Amino acid sequence: MSKRTVARTFDWPGTVLSAAPILVCLVFVWIIGSVLAHGLDQISWSFLTEAPTRSGRAGGIGPILVATALILAVCITVALPIAVATAILLAEFVSSKHRGARAVRLSLDVLAGVPSIVFGIFGNAFFCSFLKLGFSILSGGLTLACMVLPVLIRTSEESFRSVPLSYRLGAFALGFSKTRTIFKLLLPLALPGVLVGTLLGIGRALAETAALIFTSGYVDRMPSSLLDSGRALSIHIFDLSMNITGADAAAYRSAVVLLALLLVINGIVICASNLWKRLAGLTAAV
Amino acid sequence: MRQQLMEAPGRPHCGRLTAFNGREILAANGRAEAVAESLWRISDLSVRYGAKAALSSVSIDLPRKAVTSIIGPSGCGKSTFLYCLNRLSASIDGCRVNGRILMASTDLTAPGVDDVALRKRVGFVFQKPNPFPLSIRRNLELPLKEHGMRDRASIDDAIESGLRAVGLWAEVKDRLNSSAQQLSGGQQQRLCIARALVLQPDALLMDEPCSALDPMATAVIEELIHSFCEKNLTIVIVTHNLRQAKRLGNYAAFFWCRAGAGYLVEAGPAQRVFDAPHNELTKLYVAGGVS
Repeated sequence: MSKRTVARTFDWPGTVLSAAPILVCLVFVWIIGSVLAHGLDQISWSFLTEAPTRSGRAGGIGPILVATALILAVCITVALPIAVATAILLAEFVSSKHRGARAVRLSLDVLAGVPSIVFGIFGNAFFCSFLKLGFSILSGGLTLACMVLPVLIRTSEESFRSVPLSYRLGAFALGFSKTRTIFKLLLPLALPGVLVGTLLGIGRALAETAALIFTSGYVDRMPSSLLDSGRALSIHIFDLSMNITGADAAAYRSAVVLLALLLVINGIVICASNLWKRLAGLTAAV
Repeated sequence: MRQQLMEAPGRPHCGRLTAFNGREILAANGRAEAVAESLWRISDLSVRYGAKAALSSVSIDLPRKAVTSIIGPSGCGKSTFLYCLNRLSASIDGCRVNGRILMASTDLTAPGVDDVALRKRVGFVFQKPNPFPLSIRRNLELPLKEHGMRDRASIDDAIESGLRAVGLWAEVKDRLNSSAQQLSGGQQQRLCIARALVLQPDALLMDEPCSALDPMATAVIEELIHSFCEKNLTIVIVTHNLRQAKRLGNYAAFFWCRAGAGYLVEAGPAQRVFDAPHNELTKLYVAGGVS
């Protein structure tokens, strides 16, 4: 068959296959477009800093942003070290066929699929009641930490495993002990991957509503400490659109802020990852 | 005889070539000839990976300040043997070493050997160049800092002399901060050799260092090995290239395998092993390979 005939034949599979990504993009543009169209016009600096009034119909989202940031900070501060430590253990110290490691991996996969409302109930029972932390930012952050741990551990483990064995042997042969190899070579190489996992975790945590309703509560005043209750942004949006009549505009505005927040955090993490690669002298993507 | 070796598909494969002319050739485990001054004295070394035996009962002395080349078919435990010499075998999952390896007066098989100090003395060059995905400078700086060099000026000096020793300085001095992985295969391998040399080892173990390189790069590496030998470095090189073994080695050791486990057939001065082998198996292998 000559090239010309190939070019003229209508390419059915190609057309169908290229329709799918176009459809996905359209849906994405539609969602973003509708949120922006409804919410972008009235966003101002005072909206970001002021406290909500009349149950959120008026005023801003200042305390809610602070509470969201605190919940996220607790979540990542607790989850990241545990995740990296577990990932190092699973990837570097335990053989992949080890029965215990397989059990851990299986339970992580199950946990990753558990609905967030279940995490919410668990968080309420364990952190709020059993540990007597009450409805607080601390309870909410810890519950979210439990929720994002599985995805954080698995992505971190994968990024450690993706460092080729030849680098490890190379380091051992140069007189690096196992611990030194992990901290001087593997961790710097795996860190960009860990950051991607963190990004996924932050995304999941930021979008979380169900797990937080039972743990951090939904008081919309400025939190005074980590043991104070606080309303996360996604709960605020949920509350405005479902429970408060006449607050749709404020809900859309908050949704725009949530989207922007996601984009900003994405940008920050990607910049941090690139900066790290430059600082550590990493020259190739691992 | 040569004809029969050539008929074997590709490289002689373990187990297939135990029978020449319809009869079994089962050489007894060879005891290597004594050498004047040895760096390693190995007796009755056996290595297993899990349930699978990789080396059985190897006894050999490796001469100090000389090049020993180790030849033999794939899968006869040559690399495994090399891993035992700097205890890299201890870092491999499921690898069990039995027997006795004396390096100078240290027993490498005794418990509590200082791996870090040993590997600083004994460099290793892998088959496939494995520079870290860092800049050229960082590749050399990392081992230096790991072994306690902190002073900027002495690090730079060590990097320069390491790169000069492998003839890479002129080629890379203007781009020390660019990626080591942008170098050609031959340059990468020389960088890996430099990385081992900056620690000023007494010995260098090389596991088929040229098998991933083109003939020109191979010639450069062989030239380097000659120059190291003049600097009194002890070199043990595993190679599939019999010509290379003949060109480089002062000593040669020939491994073969029996029932999946490698063993030493004979070892001695390279000239003698290649031109007047004692063992019939060596005679066949050397004749077939060099033709």
